Amino acid sequence: MSYPDSMRASVAQVERTRPERLKRRPFARLTLEEKTSLLQRFHPDYKPEGFRHLSAGPNRGQKVPHELADLLEARSRIDPDAFELNKAVDHDVDVLVIGAGGAGTSAALIAHSQGAKVLMVTKLRWGDANTMMAQGGIQAADRPEDSLGRHYLDVMGGGGFVNTPELVRALVTDAPFVVKWLEDLGALFDKQPDGGMIEVHGGGTSIRRMHSCGDYTGMEFMRVVRDEARNQGIVCLEFTPVVDLLLDDSGQCAGAILCDLDTKEYSLVRARCTILASGGMGRLHCQGFPTTNHYGATADGVIIAYRAGVPMVFMDTVQYHPTGVAFPEQLFGQLVTEKVRGLGAHLVNQEGERFIYELETRDAVSAAIIRECGERRKGLVTPTGVLGVWLDTSMIDMLWGEGTTRKALPAMVRQFGRYGIDITKEPILQYPTQHYQNGGLMINEHGETPLPNLFAAGEVSGGVHGRNRLMGNSLLDIFVFGRRAARRAALRAKEVRLGPLSLDHVRAYNRQVEEAGISNGRVSPMILPDYTPTSHRIRRVGGVAVG
Amino acid sequence: MFQEEKITASKEAHAPLGETARIYIMGKSHDVPQGLTILKAMEYAGYRLVRGVGCRGGFCGACATVYRKAGDFRLYVGLACQTGIEDGMYLAQIPFYPAPKPIYDIQRLSPDVGALLRFFPEIVRCLQCNTCTKVCPQGLEVMNYIAAAQQGDLKRVAELSFDCISCGLCVSRCPAEITHYHMGLLARRLFGAHMTPKATHLQKRLAEIEKGQFEEELEALCRADRQALERLYAQRVIEPEG
Repeated sequence: MSYPDSMRASVAQVERTRPERLKRRPFARLTLEEKTSLLQRFHPDYKPEGFRHLSAGPNRGQKVPHELADLLEARSRIDPDAFELNKAVDHDVDVLVIGAGGAGTSAALIAHSQGAKVLMVTKLRWGDANTMMAQGGIQAADRPEDSLGRHYLDVMGGGGFVNTPELVRALVTDAPFVVKWLEDLGALFDKQPDGGMIEVHGGGTSIRRMHSCGDYTGMEFMRVVRDEARNQGIVCLEFTPVVDLLLDDSGQCAGAILCDLDTKEYSLVRARCTILASGGMGRLHCQGFPTTNHYGATADGVIIAYRAGVPMVFMDTVQYHPTGVAFPEQLFGQLVTEKVRGLGAHLVNQEGERFIYELETRDAVSAAIIRECGERRKGLVTPTGVLGVWLDTSMIDMLWGEGTTRKALPAMVRQFGRYGIDITKEPILQYPTQHYQNGGLMINEHGETPLPNLFAAGEVSGGVHGRNRLMGNSLLDIFVFGRRAARRAALRAKEVRLGPLSLDHVRAYNRQVEEAGISNGRVSPMILPDYTPTSHRIRRVGGVAVG
Repeated sequence: MFQEEKITASKEAHAPLGETARIYIMGKSHDVPQGLTILKAMEYAGYRLVRGVGCRGGFCGACATVYRKAGDFRLYVGLACQTGIEDGMYLAQIPFYPAPKPIYDIQRLSPDVGALLRFFPEIVRCLQCNTCTKVCPQGLEVMNYIAAAQQGDLKRVAELSFDCISCGLCVSRCPAEITHYHMGLLARRLFGAHMTPKATHLQKRLAEIEKGQFEEELEALCRADRQALERLYAQRVIEPEG
């Protein structure tokens, strides 16, 4: 037994109610009215103190999380007067892809296959992205019982019926093609012996539609597409984030300024088309939540595109994944995949009672956990003062036979096993954790932003998922829109004529920030978070390259 | 308030202050709170990491770390983001390790031992020392999948290597200079692309979409107003769970 004494009594309560719960009596689902009320009372998106109205840029007057506003209401990290833009550029390409996760890599592959000269750049290593960490699966309506319309309806309902219809249509229509593409590239899906896909439910799905590769689904896709891109000779500059976009004299997007994190040198890319695939903002820690996200998820793409005039949509909504680790401390905030609940594990409070149907949409389950730990005071407190509810993982083997957990969730068994917790026999303690940027840059169904020659794909963009994304639609989104943006960009690159390069938009934005009376000395994008204690930071007097 | 200060106050550096442990990061000693991972302990000690850090969740293999403990001759390994600190730990990270990645056309290769030997002839040099298995932070049977590769058993290579996060610790310690994880990836892709039956229901669905079978349904849904969508949503028949 791995839990400290103070937690064991509650574990015993979970065990006590388990036999009855193994009968799998249905738990009442929320009606739309109940869900709305639950969200409004307990979801962090509805806490006014977590947000403020922007004072600069295309979304001026609209509310976004403070943590994002801090970066949007900031001067550029670079001095626009320090660059000689039109003497010589370091790279001259058809398509610049910013970000090397699933969206970026698929975009690079497709643009390359269309004959475009492609350059990828990324902040850390190729594949250092949330794609790599996606565990649960990818949705695609490919069973005979399923239909594209059914997928469409599930997506809209999950998103609060406000998603951009043509984006959802593109998502569900391309989904089976994306799965086929990955299958042909050699990705190892969980399959029946005859090759048929094993598919399970996810939160908010009306039918089993979740394809997976164990609980390493995103890692498997990322490994495979990255390998393919390397075979195709696609160039990726690692440890080379973008610090601002470049426009030309007519205001079209024309490339970007890069910074080499090893040598601290800047360089210029002129690109006929640019695809932003730079991911989301988990590392901003909205409202102080921990995050499941990658180290580099600092919203850089949103920041630099916004500064260049691209509007954002749904940026006042953040996805908190219901099941983040609350114990042990070392895994705090890390993801426990929704697949666990898809396999039948119950969420129970410290007394072992269920309190929500486990496969409600993520926003609703998170709100219910916050209610259980807050207003209802039925959360368990860990020795380090963290609150949580139990996820009864041990039910999985009891329901489906011994060995099921080990086969379906090897990453999780390993992760908790390192701290002496056997998830096949013990429940695990959970609390919501910041997981996904529901909104993002405005795009159309071809991945085009309103700024000519600038595209966006994946988490950096918004509208596909409305106000709440469903499980399995993010791995889908990145490939659908990565591929779509690339096709359109490769085509468009053939006709784009660029004028002299310019950073006037940066000067103009800096002026706006000044005129709005913001004089806080902040610069953005953040590039990497700084987790060193303040006691160390105040001693760094020589200036730092990032952060 | 500055962004950075908020984050420090946030949950990432959520360490119970109290008992401390003395660790040695590349030879320098630091006292850090017990209960931190190696990664968070390095940050607590003032390191701003650029290399040797990635997903922070045990999936990307960026933070392979080797360490020794006081009074113990053994060399230990772990992922900095997944390994708790211990008093007296001497540690260093391996932020990068060179590993040649051959170029191939997966569709044109045949899925057999020939393909593996063509691109990774060094696998026959395996000394069966089992060091790769011992250092794998994922606990994989690395040497056994090298043996399976020598025998051309792609299915077994795929199964044994599937959970590999490409951290490169095996590569760093192999006396036969094998690039295990790249070989495993080639084997898995060959197995997936050529030896696993394709999903026929998927193929059928593509043909249906290409024929325009769902166009009308989607067109109507795209035009439906919110009320109509809500009604349809509430009427969905939920398929039972597996």
